[in-house]
Amino acid sequence: MLSVRPAITHAAASRLLIPLTTSAVRLAATTATKASSRGLATVADAPKKTYGGLKDQDRIFQNLYGHHGADLKSAMKYGDWHKTKEIIQKGDNWIISEIKKSGLRGRGGAGFPSGLKWSFMNPPGWEKAGVPRYLVVNADEGEPGTCKDREIMRKDPHKLIEGCLVAGRAMNATAAYIYIRGEFYHEATAVQRAIQEAYAAGLIGKNACGSGYDFDVYLHRGMGAYVCGEETSLIESLEGKPGKPRLKPPFPAAVGLFGCPSTVANVETVAVAPTICRRGGEWFDSFGRDRNSGTKLFCISGHVNNPCTVEEEMSIPLRELIDRHCGGVKGGWDNLLAVIPGGSSTPVLPKHICDDVLMDFDALKDAQSGLGTAAVIVMDKSTDIVRAISRLSKFYKHESCGQCTPCREGSKWTYQIMQRFEKGMGRAREIDMLQELTKQVEGHTICALGEAFAWPLQGLIRHFRPELEARMQEFAKISGGEVKAGGWAHNADKKEELISPGQ
Amino acid sequence: MNPLLPSRMILRTLATAATASQVVSISARALPIAAVRRGLSTTAIRRSDALAVHRDTPENNPSIPFKFNATNEKVMAEIIARYPPQYKKAAVMPLLDLGQRQHGFCSISVMNEVARILEMPPMRVYEVATFYTMYNRSPVGKFHVQVCTTTPCQLCGSDGVMKAIKDHLQIGDGQTTKDGLFTLLEVECLGACVNAPMIQINDDYYEDLTPESVVKLLDALKASAGANPGKVEVPAPGPLSGKRQTCENSAGLTNLTSKMWGPETTRKDL
Repeated sequence: MLSVRPAITHAAASRLLIPLTTSAVRLAATTATKASSRGLATVADAPKKTYGGLKDQDRIFQNLYGHHGADLKSAMKYGDWHKTKEIIQKGDNWIISEIKKSGLRGRGGAGFPSGLKWSFMNPPGWEKAGVPRYLVVNADEGEPGTCKDREIMRKDPHKLIEGCLVAGRAMNATAAYIYIRGEFYHEATAVQRAIQEAYAAGLIGKNACGSGYDFDVYLHRGMGAYVCGEETSLIESLEGKPGKPRLKPPFPAAVGLFGCPSTVANVETVAVAPTICRRGGEWFDSFGRDRNSGTKLFCISGHVNNPCTVEEEMSIPLRELIDRHCGGVKGGWDNLLAVIPGGSSTPVLPKHICDDVLMDFDALKDAQSGLGTAAVIVMDKSTDIVRAISRLSKFYKHESCGQCTPCREGSKWTYQIMQRFEKGMGRAREIDMLQELTKQVEGHTICALGEAFAWPLQGLIRHFRPELEARMQEFAKISGGEVKAGGWAHNADKKEELISPGQ
Repeated sequence: MNPLLPSRMILRTLATAATASQVVSISARALPIAAVRRGLSTTAIRRSDALAVHRDTPENNPSIPFKFNATNEKVMAEIIARYPPQYKKAAVMPLLDLGQRQHGFCSISVMNEVARILEMPPMRVYEVATFYTMYNRSPVGKFHVQVCTTTPCQLCGSDGVMKAIKDHLQIGDGQTTKDGLFTLLEVECLGACVNAPMIQINDDYYEDLTPESVVKLLDALKASAGANPGKVEVPAPGPLSGKRQTCENSAGLTNLTSKMWGPETTRKDL
């Protein structure tokens, strides 16, 4: 092994800090063959860039594990609120160009470029409108698997408050509303305390940080509705109505909260903005692959030895993420069955894809899944995969707001079908019917909840169809015949039960 | 479930047990399966978690007066000041929550009072109160135990936790113990998946649970509501495994171990 170590390219070596991890060994093994065939006259290969192994000096959320208090004094000691006045005085264009340079993409799931989104708030002549403008921070974190915003809010609330000011300045907002999900009571308390500290220190409010810019930050608690994580429904909820999404257009940047121009942004997106401005867009852009730059909070849950939330470089290989930070999959990598890479609404990936997939927006999109909120749900071979996805169907059935029909009815139908499939009560052709049903929902709903419940099912069918079919055959064997479509017993017609004609 | 049962019956009992209200599910459980079979003239099974309409009961009817107390009056003024004056109704959610905390649950009188204060039609308040799941429109026990059973928790053993709680408290999903101390509710993802399985009791998250630790927790809570509350040690909210404080790797930190950075990293041209 020793002889191949020098073959690791210098870029890789500098990134592989701490004791040679399994991935380093793997890398060494793959480069070994190349190195042996290289003569003196061979042109050197371009250094192979690897991702992951972020240095502590480059981690934005230093207080992720509660190293120090959430108060203003400790926050300032570790760089928050430093030269905020200068950043604010640089003006909206400077901040937006810095964010554009950094390549920051929205951390709430869709991955829309943040600089571009924020610039929609400043169309030519926006000053003449003379209406209030709002930044709305989406802290309604409800996607199963995701628990990153919670850590920011309870441990680094000042990053969020400062982020509100910086992002608010970029879009010339007059105030920010932070919409926190109702269950996060203690997190809301931490944020409220931070807001009061910041007001008392003159950091927000009239003449924020002494920059001459007035900016208010308010907190609003939700009351337990997943759908309020969707931007227009969040706005509805903030206005004191049931959280039912609005049709777009008009987009919130034109008509949003209280009828005024607004932009909804995720907590993590907002919280990283001040650090990006302070350390420069290029610094942030130096991490991750092209168009997927930056650092990201990953929450790894499920069947890993030590589940944890961790900030890592974008484009880190999934396997390295799990091995390095979570002590590996329970029972070893070969015991892996599947991974949901980005929160419950992204399609599941089977092991053979997980082996070498990178954790970023584009790589996961190419793998027919998505980065979403980077909530990695790991499932080992002991998992009943059909039940796991069926439970997600139940979640979406529960959380559908009921406003538009494809989602309200579709989520219930798919849940009922999945309940049958769990036991194998179905026929093979019903799998295609389920697939078709999800395709009929997708793209035909007001908000993305339709896609959110359709995609996990499509992922299941795409990768685990043999499992579904095997279950059906098993059930047919036990019950004495293949069930009829709709879950009717094989002899239902003989027993003169009501079943649909043509069965 | 016996696979040989006629499938329609299985489906029907499943649907009832999984989603119907407290009342319906009790009756469904108590009766033999044949009794669940419905004739054409009966009403439909309610396939929702909670009744979306209000029915007057002795403890919840519009004639029971409700007023915010002096402390909450102040809090209320502070809340209303957060929203533009012409959009006073935006305060409906926090005010309902405040009323719920004062009254114990979100009764029809609380809703009417909030409607009066915010000058909005009562129906608009009812819409809000029925849409969001955290408004308890019927009384709950002193400890509202909400068990997360969504996939990440399920993978880590929330089934065992749920069963332990049901067996220990001798109640089902959505029911309250006879002494009025505990109400059990199965809820959807509570957003602490890294610390799965977890439950929420009132405002507190208890994480990294096992069937044993959850029973101990419930016992401690029960004792704390007893005669000598001072002598009982109730576990602090957070991970109960004892191996970690929050969301870090429980086998030791894998990052954030070196010296922290501060203002010195700021670019020079700022």
